[in-house]
Amino acid sequence: MSALAPGPLAGKRILVAKPGLDGHDAGAKVIALALRDAGAEVIYTGLRKSPAFIVRVALDEDVAAVGLSILSGSHQELAGEVLEGLRAAGAGDISVFVGGTIPPQDRDALLAAGVKGVFTNDTPLEQMIGELARALA
Amino acid sequence: MSATPSGIEVPVVATRDAASDPGAPGVYPFTRGIFADGYRGRPWTIRQYSGFGSAEASNQRYRFLLEQGQTGLSVALDLPTQCGYDPDDPMARPEVGKVGVSLFSLSEMETLFEGIDLGAISTSFTINGTAAIIYAMYLAAADKQGVPRAKLTGTIQNDILKEYVARGTWIFPVRPSMRLIADSVLYANEVTPRFNAISIAGAHVRDAGCTAVEEMAYTLANGLAYVDELIRRGGDVARFARRLSFFFYVHMDLFEEACKFRAGRRLWAKLLRERYGVTDEKALHFRFGVVCGGSSLVAAQPYNNVVRVAIENLAAVLGGAQSIFTCAYDEAFQIPTEFSAELALRTQQIVQHESGVAATVDPLGGSYYVEWLTDRMEEGMRAVMGEIDAYGGVVKAIEDGWLQRRIAVRAKEKKDATDRGERVVVGMNRYRREGEAQSFGEVFRLDPGTAARVLAKHAEVKRTRDAARATRALDALEAAAADDRENLMPLLVECCHSYATVGEMVERLKRRWGEFQEPVQL
Repeated sequence: MSALAPGPLAGKRILVAKPGLDGHDAGAKVIALALRDAGAEVIYTGLRKSPAFIVRVALDEDVAAVGLSILSGSHQELAGEVLEGLRAAGAGDISVFVGGTIPPQDRDALLAAGVKGVFTNDTPLEQMIGELARALA
Repeated sequence: MSATPSGIEVPVVATRDAASDPGAPGVYPFTRGIFADGYRGRPWTIRQYSGFGSAEASNQRYRFLLEQGQTGLSVALDLPTQCGYDPDDPMARPEVGKVGVSLFSLSEMETLFEGIDLGAISTSFTINGTAAIIYAMYLAAADKQGVPRAKLTGTIQNDILKEYVARGTWIFPVRPSMRLIADSVLYANEVTPRFNAISIAGAHVRDAGCTAVEEMAYTLANGLAYVDELIRRGGDVARFARRLSFFFYVHMDLFEEACKFRAGRRLWAKLLRERYGVTDEKALHFRFGVVCGGSSLVAAQPYNNVVRVAIENLAAVLGGAQSIFTCAYDEAFQIPTEFSAELALRTQQIVQHESGVAATVDPLGGSYYVEWLTDRMEEGMRAVMGEIDAYGGVVKAIEDGWLQRRIAVRAKEKKDATDRGERVVVGMNRYRREGEAQSFGEVFRLDPGTAARVLAKHAEVKRTRDAARATRALDALEAAAADDRENLMPLLVECCHSYATVGEMVERLKRRWGEFQEPVQL
């Protein structure tokens, strides 16, 4: 999937990924469509990918950011493994974002672990795009 | 507001000449309900979905809910069990016991129902990819309790088509998955005649973003695909159709939701009669359960969700639901606490015992607006089903990813409408107080030792079982998987009795059938 539309994320390559076994992909697809509308070149993994696979795709595709969509409650473990994998591969500069069912009390722990932004289903898409554009500027 | 969420333009005033005659309840096409006496004869089943962590912890929660007056159990399973992985699989490890209970083998099912008589309760399992296995395990658990299989009542969801579209716990390709469903439904007809071996579900596509009209249309289209497959496998539609059941979400538009059920119930009866010549009244009955809440609940000002669920509960009752699950107000962001779970249960009990809404059959029947809207929704459903037929049927639409893409686009439209404030969500995009500290009440914390305990139990079961018996059972299963004239259910029951694990059974079937390759198109 590629897009050349101008927009706040023009020229950025972004991986949208579903780590773990959670099969709720409506959110991931909405985000992928919104990122594309904002000019980004979006790669979507499809369901049920291991953190190791996601790290490999992020490296192979030379993305600027990875968006992880997790609704199963396993965000801490799965995001942690992706962050660790990227760092171990010398790609700690790839920004990682997390979206999904994230209880507010878990947000700070994710940010402390190195996640650049946490979004839930009530985050307006425009706000999310704005935060990404700033982080990737 | 001039249109329903499905896009049906609403008249300022509905008039008598716009409304058709709905007929009588208990009479074809059942617009006013499948029973002449409505809820007088039998109130709806209050069935709260719960289950988390270990079998021991869930057993405690079930006993609590039954003591509080709940009338049926609804088992939530963890993702490894749903996707066919044992807890020690690397893919499974972070998810063990998270969104439901781990039932990796019969040992866990025995613990889950300890002290609960399987002959006296009805149990619903939200299980799809591994539904035939969990059903086999339930039969084995009943055998162990000494309960005759014919006494068992309950439901397995067992609707794989919508998993490919929205919920994502598919394992095998579409066609062998359809075989597994036919095997379980046909076997259940013989062995557990009071058990619903399939619950064809629109709930998940709805929660993923599609409209009420589309939810019903996709679900009935899937239902017809199962009917075709069951007939192909030699089933008698007048018989198996008596045990088909359905499952939906209820969101916030009270009349559209109530009319969705009235229209869907009528349309299903008509389709079975028109397409298959079914005349048996019971086979034409459209029986359904619902869940109130889901994505209509939001984390902003979470106590508002209590009010939303109460309205949705009313819509479900006015639509004639057979069983209802009311989500807890904190479901939007965590596993419900004991407090929020009890409040959700009390909501239903208040509607059932205090509101008076169940006293007469279909109290909305004959309302100009309701009959008009029911007609419009049925037309809309037929139109969507026509589009699927024109594409080449649901199986093709799913294999190609056509249906998945339609739903993703709808989800994006809904999100955009919410962001723009056209779809009002009070407390979130309207009447939100700036700088408001969100209050979430009590926080649910899963026991952090859960996964370790499940893993230890898994190792112990594999160490202490009769290994030769398990291997024999698994070998027989794998051999039979190659030939779809054989029903796999008796072989799965034997696998369960031998304490073969869910992961082992799935692995053997994958060897024969491979795995579904997800079409990813955006």
